Amino acid sequence: MLTLLRQRLFTDDVANTIPWERVRRAGSKLTTPLLPDDYLRLVNPLWTTRELRGRIEKVVPETEDAATLVIRPGWGWRHDHRAGQYVGIGIQVDGKFVWRSYSVSSPPKRSGRHIAITVRAMPEGFVSDHLVNGLTPGTIVRLASPEGDFVLPEPPPAKMLFLVGGSGVTPVMAMLRTLDRRGTVPDVVLHYSSPTEDRMIFREEIERLEQAHETLKVHKQFTDTDGMLELSDLDRLCPDWRERETYACGPAPMLDAITEHFEQAGLEERLHLERFSLELGGDGGEGGTITFQNSGKKVELDGATTILEAGEEAGVGMPYGCRMGICHTCTVTLVKGRVRDLRNGDEFDQANEQVQTCVTTAVGDCTLDI
Amino acid sequence: MAISDVQEYMHLTDEEIEQLGRELDAIRKEVEDSRGPKDAAYINRLIRIQRYLAIAGRLTLLVGVHDKRTRVPAAVTGATLLALHKILENMEIGHNVMHGQWDWMNDPEIHSSNWEWDTAQPAEQWKHSHNYVHHQFTNVLGYDNDIGYGILRMAREQRWSPVNLGQPVYNAMLATLFQWGVALHDLDIERIRKGEKDPKEMKRQLKQIFRKGRNQILKDYVVYPALAGPQWRTVMAANVGANLTRNLWSYVIIFCGHFPDGAMHFTEEEIEDETRAEWYLRQILGAANFEGGPLMHIMSGNLGYQIEHHLFPDLPSNRYGEISVKVKALCEKYDIPYTIGPLHKQYGQALRTIIKLSVPNSWTNSDKPEPPTPPQKRRRRSDSERPDRIRQLGAWSRGTSQERKAS
Repeated sequence: MLTLLRQRLFTDDVANTIPWERVRRAGSKLTTPLLPDDYLRLVNPLWTTRELRGRIEKVVPETEDAATLVIRPGWGWRHDHRAGQYVGIGIQVDGKFVWRSYSVSSPPKRSGRHIAITVRAMPEGFVSDHLVNGLTPGTIVRLASPEGDFVLPEPPPAKMLFLVGGSGVTPVMAMLRTLDRRGTVPDVVLHYSSPTEDRMIFREEIERLEQAHETLKVHKQFTDTDGMLELSDLDRLCPDWRERETYACGPAPMLDAITEHFEQAGLEERLHLERFSLELGGDGGEGGTITFQNSGKKVELDGATTILEAGEEAGVGMPYGCRMGICHTCTVTLVKGRVRDLRNGDEFDQANEQVQTCVTTAVGDCTLDI
Repeated sequence: MAISDVQEYMHLTDEEIEQLGRELDAIRKEVEDSRGPKDAAYINRLIRIQRYLAIAGRLTLLVGVHDKRTRVPAAVTGATLLALHKILENMEIGHNVMHGQWDWMNDPEIHSSNWEWDTAQPAEQWKHSHNYVHHQFTNVLGYDNDIGYGILRMAREQRWSPVNLGQPVYNAMLATLFQWGVALHDLDIERIRKGEKDPKEMKRQLKQIFRKGRNQILKDYVVYPALAGPQWRTVMAANVGANLTRNLWSYVIIFCGHFPDGAMHFTEEEIEDETRAEWYLRQILGAANFEGGPLMHIMSGNLGYQIEHHLFPDLPSNRYGEISVKVKALCEKYDIPYTIGPLHKQYGQALRTIIKLSVPNSWTNSDKPEPPTPPQKRRRRSDSERPDRIRQLGAWSRGTSQERKAS
């Protein structure tokens, strides 16, 4: 009955006509200081919007060390990610939530009920190994909303080049699947490097796509035998690479080399990269004294250290997640003062504004509600 | 004069006190390093149980009161379930979550920064008046507002005034309306009366209390009774009963923490230049435990391990039992008093103190060693008058970002 009601509320226009927020607010009169969701999730763990959650529905092995996790997101998830974006996934390891980010490999679908991420177990990667080998269907995980600018433009460029290394294929796969689903694949060249054939994620599907679409050309390079991609070979592999919008995703050294190559050719505007590490490009703040209101602790902060790190140094139990500004686990309320986002220089200074401590630093004195 | 000059540990050298401090640090480290899935499962299970109790209590009342035959049993059962839910939520869950005992799980849904508990006091004010003022300045006269909560005279060092004659009555009122007493605690009415309180801050706090209190009252005394229709009186009575039970129980438990005979008071001079080890010592001497089985400890938020809680306010409460064995052994080793007794005895002593101190000192004998210090004014201090916070409290050793990145 509840499922039925929920489907009605969420699947069509009824969602817009029933003031769902108002129902929840009325319900919270019964559950204060908690929310109705805090009780509803006792019935079904996905029936809460307090924290985004998902249930692992399937774990599909892709290669020896990689698997695709098919996840059913819970309430509050909007199936509006763009092809190429990544999501945060939080799992409890030894009682503690740890977060990682992975590209969504499934194509965006409004009516969709699932998303898929593909994970490779990295050597000594404790969390990735747990994701590939330790999760069973039914496990509830935490999710963070899709983020990222490494996306398929609308409309897609007429000529594209994908330079992919290893598990960097996942965001590109989402783009290829999206193009395939629409049935209009433009002129696409995919160069895909992988140590061996067996370790190549999505190999069979890519081969199928290549057969289905004449405009899709795929070069495979097995680096254990063929060596790494030399960018000077690009002229041979894809003579018109200069005319193509290029999307590159893979290990950092590969991306560095590609960036350099495109810069030398004066084509950096054509190059789009996905890196899974935080780049703090923005200017630092001036620094200042941060007061942690609840404990009364104070700490001096230079303009380059994040508030999260400063809080941890001071021994405040700061919440944290991805540590790169995507999962919002670290968000706390800024009571007064001003902080600057180290990624882009955006400043936040509203009283009681929610700020992400892992990517912000102080501009002058600040007080935080923690 | 430093705390080590207090009679109870005159026999210890500075080096011995520092050694004690190191041994307590080691206990802390051991527990921190061993926090894991079992602890996480404990708090998650408890929260689930508490929420089921709430649902069961509300449903029993809503459904059961309409039939004449089931009305009384339903009211009693419903009130009991609700009382259990509120007690668990306030004591073992809310109080401990707000101390940051479960912050290590990195779960924003069970985190000190945003937990709001099921009582009238806003969490933010509780964290200031309790986590900061009380746990930092435990039992320091003039600094710790929990010595009598600004209502009762609980230390012989506090000056007597004729107002104190009413103590037995104030005490009964405080016990009955404990939730509201706690709600007003951080406001510091004494400082408001003297015009020392920042009016802006007061307004902000009052607004917070009003909003939270209103929601609590609406829920228990308007919305749920209204849902019962013609039987609203029964539901209202059951809700009053549940709140009253919670009030009395938490009052008793909390009064057993620092008011039994063994718990000492300290003076400003004694906390001057206090080291971390001396802070530990003060916590041991200022707190009192009571005995009980596992269920008793859960229902009292593990505050029967008050000494352990004061030594390690942010370690998970389910570990206090095992910690207490080690702390007790340390106290024996260093010949430091470790106050413990059955609940009725501990509360009895607190009650006797309340009654005795309602009259001037000269009329009664002290049950504690005579205070070595002259009488103290009872004026409460503001934050700016308090010495700088000793950084060793609370989450002080929860690892640095570097360590976390490595893990």
